[in-house]
Amino acid sequence: MLKTNHELSSRPAFPLHQRTCEVKVNDPVNSQYRYLVVSAPDELLDCEPGQFFHLLCEPEGDDQPFFRRPMSIYGFDRDRGELSFLYKVTGAGTRSLASLRAGDGLDVVGPLGVGFTLPEDMTHPLLVARGVGLATLAPLARAFRQRGVKTTAICSARSADLLMSVELFEALGVRVIPVTDADGNSGTGAIEALIERLVAEEKVDGLYTCGSKRLTTLLKRVSSSHGIFGEVALEQHMACGVGVCQACVLPFSRDGRTQDLRVCRDGPVFNLTEVL
Amino acid sequence: MADLRTRIGSLELQNPIMPASGTFGIEMADIFDFDLLGALVLKTVTPHMRAGNPVPRVCELPNGMLNSIGIPSKGGDYLVDRIIPQFSAFKPPLVVSISANSAEDFAKFASRISVAGVDAIEANISCPNIEDDGHAFAMSTTATHKVIAAMRKATDLPIWAKLSPNVGAPADIARAAEDAGADALVATNTMLGMAIDVKSGKFKLGNVMGGLSGPALKPISLRVTYQCVRAVSIPVIGCGGISTVDDVLEYLMAGAAAVQVGTASFIHPMAMPDLIRGLDERLDAEGWETVSRVNGMLAQRREAANVLEYA
Ligand SMILES: Cc1cc2nc3c(=O)[nH]c(=O)nc-3n(C[C@H](O)[C@H](O)[C@H](O)COP(=O)(O)OP(=O)(O)OC[C@H]3O[C@@H](n4cnc5c(N)ncnc54)[C@H](O)[C@@H]3O)c2cc1C
Ligand SMILES: Cc1cc2nc3c(=O)[nH]c(=O)nc-3n(C[C@H](O)[C@H](O)[C@H](O)COP(=O)(O)O)c2cc1C
Ligand code: FES
Repeated sequence: MLKTNHELSSRPAFPLHQRTCEVKVNDPVNSQYRYLVVSAPDELLDCEPGQFFHLLCEPEGDDQPFFRRPMSIYGFDRDRGELSFLYKVTGAGTRSLASLRAGDGLDVVGPLGVGFTLPEDMTHPLLVARGVGLATLAPLARAFRQRGVKTTAICSARSADLLMSVELFEALGVRVIPVTDADGNSGTGAIEALIERLVAEEKVDGLYTCGSKRLTTLLKRVSSSHGIFGEVALEQHMACGVGVCQACVLPFSRDGRTQDLRVCRDGPVFNLTEVL
Repeated sequence: MADLRTRIGSLELQNPIMPASGTFGIEMADIFDFDLLGALVLKTVTPHMRAGNPVPRVCELPNGMLNSIGIPSKGGDYLVDRIIPQFSAFKPPLVVSISANSAEDFAKFASRISVAGVDAIEANISCPNIEDDGHAFAMSTTATHKVIAAMRKATDLPIWAKLSPNVGAPADIARAAEDAGADALVATNTMLGMAIDVKSGKFKLGNVMGGLSGPALKPISLRVTYQCVRAVSIPVIGCGGISTVDDVLEYLMAGAAAVQVGTASFIHPMAMPDLIRGLDERLDAEGWETVSRVNGMLAQRREAANVLEYA
């Protein structure tokens, strides 16, 4: 009998879980973003940087979110039994999340998707993200620093007060280069020149990004012209989040042809060479 | 422990809960044990490779969703060589859902997939996303009869005809499918709908129109299920908006021999195993013992009411 991938892998029989977690913290970080911490059992914390959870958003006032909302893992701490998210309040679902208080229950499904690759021989990864994209890269930065790998992050935002996670990255020993629209150094040209310099002078040999089409295109260019390994975490509207409904597909170049892949299951992390 | 067994023609299911086509796949084996289910129903496959529709393919509504996934399909060979074997390790009967462009193609494809491991074929003659402007075979008695009759000649496997709620007289379609040799009916597929984002002035679905599913669909599918139950003597499987044990009971009381759960699994991946456990507990608590007793309940109460009226 043919074995399925599922049977062949060494993963636990049921690697995905639906659990109700208790909210510990749900505080504003600035005018748009919130930091959410929930207590989580061990099986949920068997996760990787770049994976995400699908959060149930209860009806709240006039808001009646029906689908779950995908959120990247911002942090996971097995010792403290905690899972955290950093999210931007935009519509019905995230407004509902914003109304959660310490002690409330939050129904989560996960951990979902394929996370980032951390090649053993990488010596200087560069993380580039704008806005809430940094949330997705935070656990990656932590993982690199735990290995003692020199790590640089370019953090982009509209203005200095919307720059997030800078202190977190610095506390991890990541060198942070902030760029903002207000300072006029966040344009594609300026960032590309900055990255080229980091590649030439500081031997950057890994590129990671998330959250911006413009930065993804830019990094894909740098990655292919220098032959540097690179990955991006993508976003797409989802229904099931687990890979069965085909709602979240995007076209990618894989195995020598263009094919639709599911952001929720085949991603959300993809190699930059595959992105179209 | 209540007796949850139910019979769909020649197949005996250990309980009446199974997935709805297109909302279930091998990936969910990462979350729960498929051996708990009454049956396993696969996503519709077409004979040849097909791309799906443009994104966005889904949008949410206050109490349901629209989808215009289309039927992205890897084709018949992939189904037979790769997908069917993935499910052979599981015990519940395997139901393969197929769609095609003509009655002849439905028949040819039914014959192609009548292989070891497949226990029944669901004929998706009701997908609003595949035919022109939402038209589907199941909107016409003639087309329904033609497709099912052609399939009947091509396979010995049980045939389940999946019907559409987008029709004026479901009972006529149900009878056409039964006359043509269907072993069971599934009522229903999604209802054709549309949504516009008033902020951007754009359609919310890439394909403009899409199928309504979830709790918002339930009263319609339940009504169609009831109309079908009254029209035919083959089993009817209810489908549409089921997310609670009460929803399951409503369909069973309307006469459904079993139910399919779709959209609910997107919101609660554990929905099906939870419903099976919940149904068992509920039947025990009410002292109803079997699924067929619940099936008969509405008729009994109606008779009792009639007796009272005429007394
Ligand atoms: C894998 C993944 C990880 C993500 N991680 C984060 C994160 O860490 N922090 C964060 O702030 N945001 C993150 N997002 C984006 C976040 O999911 C959306 O901002 C959120 O779904 C918006 O919901 P809403 O109800 O506030 O907005 P609404 O506009 O009311 O949402 C309407 C519908 O569109 C969907 N939708 C809207 N925007 C997006 C989007 N960008 N991506 C996917 N679906 C969307 C919603 O899920 C919902 O189904 C992530 C998205 C994905 C796919
Ligand atoms: C995303 C999605 C994909 C679907 N794909 C199929 C399909 O391939 N074949 C089919 O017969 N029905 C398909 N359906 C319809 C369901 O099987 C079911 O009939 C319908 O959703 C109503 O049930 P529900 O309200 O429980 O979801 C799909 C539904 C959804 C939401
Ligand atoms: S959201 Fe269903 S397949 Fe990705």
